[in-house]
Amino acid sequence: MANYYKDISEIKFELEQSPLMPRIVELKERSFEDKDQYDEAPQDYADAMDTYDKVLDVVGDIVANVVAPNAEDVDAEGPHHENGRVRYASKTYENLAAMNQAGLNGMTMPRRYGGLNLPVTVYTAANEIVSAGDAGFENIWSLQDCIETLYCFGSEEQRQKYIPRVCKGETMSMDLTEPDAGSDLQSVMLKATYDEENQCWRLNGSKRFITNGDSDIHLVLARSEAGTRDGRGLSMFIYDKRDGGVDVRRIENKLGIHGSPTCELVYKNAKCELCGDRKLGLIKYVMSLMNGARLGIAAQSVGLSQAAYNEAVAYAKDRRQFGKAIIEFPAVQELISNIKARLDAGRALLYQTARYVDIYKALEDISRDRKLEPEERAELKKYSRLADAFTPLAKGMNSEYANQNGYDCIQVHGGSGFMLEYACQRIYRDARITSIYEGTTQLQVVAAIRYVTNGFYAEVIESLTPESSTFKGELERVLAMTSKFNACTAAVKETGNQDTLDLCARHLYEMAADVIMCLLLMQNAAKSPELFGESLRNYVRLAEAEVEKHNSWIKNTLGE
Amino acid sequence: MSLKIIVLAKQVPDTRNVGPDAMTPEGTVNRSALPAIFNPEDLNALEQALRLKDLFPGTTVHVLTMGPGRAAEVIREAMYRGADGGYLLTDRAFAGADTLATSYALATAIKHVCPDADLIIGGRQAIDGDTAQVGPQVAEKLGLNQITYVEEIKSLSNSPLKGGNSGGLEGSGLFITVKRHIDGGVETVESPLPCVLTVNGSAAPCRPRNVKRVMKFKRCLAPMELPQGQGFGDLPYAAEYEKKPYLKLGQLSCADVDADLQQCGLAGSPTKVKNVENIVFKAKESKVLTGSDEDVNGLIKELLNERLIG
Repeated sequence: MANYYKDISEIKFELEQSPLMPRIVELKERSFEDKDQYDEAPQDYADAMDTYDKVLDVVGDIVANVVAPNAEDVDAEGPHHENGRVRYASKTYENLAAMNQAGLNGMTMPRRYGGLNLPVTVYTAANEIVSAGDAGFENIWSLQDCIETLYCFGSEEQRQKYIPRVCKGETMSMDLTEPDAGSDLQSVMLKATYDEENQCWRLNGSKRFITNGDSDIHLVLARSEAGTRDGRGLSMFIYDKRDGGVDVRRIENKLGIHGSPTCELVYKNAKCELCGDRKLGLIKYVMSLMNGARLGIAAQSVGLSQAAYNEAVAYAKDRRQFGKAIIEFPAVQELISNIKARLDAGRALLYQTARYVDIYKALEDISRDRKLEPEERAELKKYSRLADAFTPLAKGMNSEYANQNGYDCIQVHGGSGFMLEYACQRIYRDARITSIYEGTTQLQVVAAIRYVTNGFYAEVIESLTPESSTFKGELERVLAMTSKFNACTAAVKETGNQDTLDLCARHLYEMAADVIMCLLLMQNAAKSPELFGESLRNYVRLAEAEVEKHNSWIKNTLGE
Repeated sequence: MSLKIIVLAKQVPDTRNVGPDAMTPEGTVNRSALPAIFNPEDLNALEQALRLKDLFPGTTVHVLTMGPGRAAEVIREAMYRGADGGYLLTDRAFAGADTLATSYALATAIKHVCPDADLIIGGRQAIDGDTAQVGPQVAEKLGLNQITYVEEIKSLSNSPLKGGNSGGLEGSGLFITVKRHIDGGVETVESPLPCVLTVNGSAAPCRPRNVKRVMKFKRCLAPMELPQGQGFGDLPYAAEYEKKPYLKLGQLSCADVDADLQQCGLAGSPTKVKNVENIVFKAKESKVLTGSDEDVNGLIKELLNERLIG
């Protein structure tokens, strides 16, 4: 029987083969302290890894047998707007029921709140798998991730009130965007005022483009400090749908991810709770929320790329022209091997990022209960920085790749791909949003560029570069790419001109990402040449051409 | 109201995904070439049982399966989805059983482990044998009512439907109403409990495995599955088996259920496979027709004469 996890050996490899994994499990399980208290808690590392494998097996099974078969109908039907509420496409409810019966909620939450206490890396794999079946549904399901922010910054009372509900399958949303506050969230105007009489906060105003906007539990960014105009006047609030006061004014009509309702919301004196401290809403909490969400979009993108690859291969094997299957033509093969190369490279980057996030998040969590040892503090700092540096790479590159892969997948289908009968058209449409929401690729560059200029990516590249490799030719070429990246960085910095840096930033960002992905894929290929050898060769070839393109672009731009 | 439910389940070779080596040269199923799965309609049966468990707290659902050690996987699968536990009915003496000997063994085991079962639910048929005989035979051997081709359990009540009667059977005082799939429609019937139901593949699909239950029960083993000469104490995580008795699955031998050896396995099976033949479809004679009116009219007349169309 089809299984979206078992059928893709690369996911299992990414999960199990990293030397960081034992540390992640040790930290997440706090040296397995739950084992005597919870029947479902693992006894040791091997036991935990076995559990992760089995959990993902369940995810892969549900996606193959429920979510993916429903995707076409959900896409065609879309959600409905009825009396100020959202009614999902009918099969979305089937998907949600299956996920809830399987208990796939509150995946990363501690067991004491009813969660599964899984590492972010495992949750990321689940995310990727769900997205490969239906990226629109993945949106709704993966918003459970918002609970992480409530867990980190909410009070104990709020944790106890909301986390168990999310673990039981209540859905979430993050209400950030407004008509005049998209990328620029500092301009958020939704008004939060304290109601002295009822001793609670009240929200008034509207939000736009809110994914799953009729969710059960909302995290809302609102202006609590009257008279302020920037980010320092914003706080984070929790709105509980059970209290009422927020209506859906309309559902957007979108190019893709039709299964996921994108809502315009009206807050009419809606009762809410302050989450964390006032004025830290944007500066601290939304940044945390966004980092988690960006990793989620990176996973969604990889899932879409996997789906594009599957569809392209299936069609190319099936379709015959000039007396043979079209997969036998080099021109088609090239399209497919490029999809696979970008998929494998992007996936390596995704999981490396997830592992970094895991280590720093787990240490951060431990630090809430006890003081960290000096070496733990250093470890926290190291991985937190790596996570910050890698998240915009993983999100930006994978979302762009998902778009390219969707495009190439249609190309493999030829004229049939342009008709609406094949899944490739949905993948292509669904992929389009990934490089836009949770920060456009251009904003990922803004988040990443300081790691170019301060030499951090160069440091990372150096530490990832092996002394020698069985892929000697590839290693030499990657070293040459690294030199070009370093030379371009130096040349741009030398101008001392901020406008020049801004102009060249995207190019430098991509060069760094290309080199890092080559190196990560090389690590994988060294361990499993049969799984990754071919992708490595193809990806280095692609990346080399890309790096040269950026190199000459920067040189010519600086020369003007 | 709470019920005791036994679900009959079978591990079968996945005959829906047949490869070229699915049959042995002798014409029997090559079990090693096909993955072993939970018989699909038994999953539909399990779902009906679990729905009753959801509706009536205190209800217990136990799986009974007959087979070799590896068939215990069916019990674990059922527990991942919500069953409380199960029994592996396993003995060399059961080997080679046809439907008669199988139903004898199952009925005998039910009398032994759960004589007061309110409901016994199984799939309509298994995809390896396709006989649909085991469920009904178990009912006969236990002297219980049976309802076959069940699509949905509609209700449970303390009194029979208006106009219904208990058929003179002494029961637990409970009555079950089910919708059953019949040719060209559905039929709603009622029976006093206890009774046997066999569930059709058109019934609701089984719920997925629940990951917390997978985590909790993944180490469950039947003694038969242990490596030869080893006990639970020799296994990795041996202490767990001490602490958590639910990790040891129930296992029953022929002697455990006081079964009559003459009625078990090959000895108790009147069915004998004499010969298996491959069916080869071959057109014996053929006729070439053109698209002319004359040929088409001729063909229509011929088909009408042979009553192939009408």
